[in-house]
Amino acid sequence: MSDFFGLAIWVVGMVAGVCFVTSSLIRGSFLKYFFLNLYVLLSMFADLSRQYTLRVFGLNSDQYYYVYYYTDCLLTIALFVAVISLASRVFDELNLAKFVRVVAILLLLGTAGFSYAVVAQSTDRLSTSFANELSQNLYFVGLVLTYLLWGAVLKLKETRTRLVQMILSLGLYFSAYAGSYALLNLAPKYEVVQYLAPILGCFLPISWALTTMRHSEDSRLTPARLVAVPR
Amino acid sequence: MMAAFILAFSLLTLLMFFVSYCRSLTASSLHTSISEDVRDVTGIQVRAAGRDYARVMQILQLCPDRPEDRSGLQIVGAYFSFLNLLEQGFARISPALRTWAEEERASCAHFAAVALGRRIALNREMLAQQVEL
Repeated sequence: MSDFFGLAIWVVGMVAGVCFVTSSLIRGSFLKYFFLNLYVLLSMFADLSRQYTLRVFGLNSDQYYYVYYYTDCLLTIALFVAVISLASRVFDELNLAKFVRVVAILLLLGTAGFSYAVVAQSTDRLSTSFANELSQNLYFVGLVLTYLLWGAVLKLKETRTRLVQMILSLGLYFSAYAGSYALLNLAPKYEVVQYLAPILGCFLPISWALTTMRHSEDSRLTPARLVAVPR
Repeated sequence: MMAAFILAFSLLTLLMFFVSYCRSLTASSLHTSISEDVRDVTGIQVRAAGRDYARVMQILQLCPDRPEDRSGLQIVGAYFSFLNLLEQGFARISPALRTWAEEERASCAHFAAVALGRRIALNREMLAQQVEL
């Protein structure tokens, strides 16, 4: 990736993160969407750490390798928690929030156990391999959970505009990210494909910031309008 | 093979989420009716139709910009272009799709007309402030 373009995407991502956290603070929704803010703050921290180790130790150093995989694992866990926090808000009115949290903890432990079982077969760099395996598996679980959550939003006829748009942003992000990953496998020689994942990383904070600025907590929409093709 | 399947599936879900996201944007303006000023300027009689969108956008560009509306209008603009493509490409095959696309185009026009109403109101406020000064 060219240095200038990579740096430009990095700057846009940092600015987007600052915009989202600032708009959450200004609009008084920081605590209401605490785990979304936490994810964005952690991703900014991860970006800073990666940029620092990249500049100081270089791309092929052990330090960059460790920082990259550990922060990636941390971010995936934070994103998983963010998805669960949105799910517990959706199911809150049915008094199922506690149940959602218990299921989430079981899922997290199950995924960690499965990742450990996969990694335990090799003795090479166990902790980093575990971080990488957990990150990939948890990402997949998060993706499936987001699709299920969207199904629940439609079924329960959710009307809270902010909540709906934040879940939709997550769905867009996960779909686009999975697509970019598949494209990277199909056409790795095209340089433009390598820019997709970092660009998509900027999408979530931008989209969440726009939602926070555009809609208040009281905004409501017609649930029938949410289905892509109404029957 | 697996990567191609994941790509196709993710493109499908991306499309579904994109349409739902745009519909949630246009839905937020459906509770607001089109103001008299906008009706006068654009010639919209009762309900906005898809064909009104281009005219409303032209007039919107003449009004002072409201940064709050900018991103929403850009996304809805992209959605409108997508609907045009859909109508030109698949409408002959499926009349139901054509009806759906036309309804969606009308809600895009309604969204733009509501934004135009807000800009006209802002314009009036600015003019009143200047007169007071």
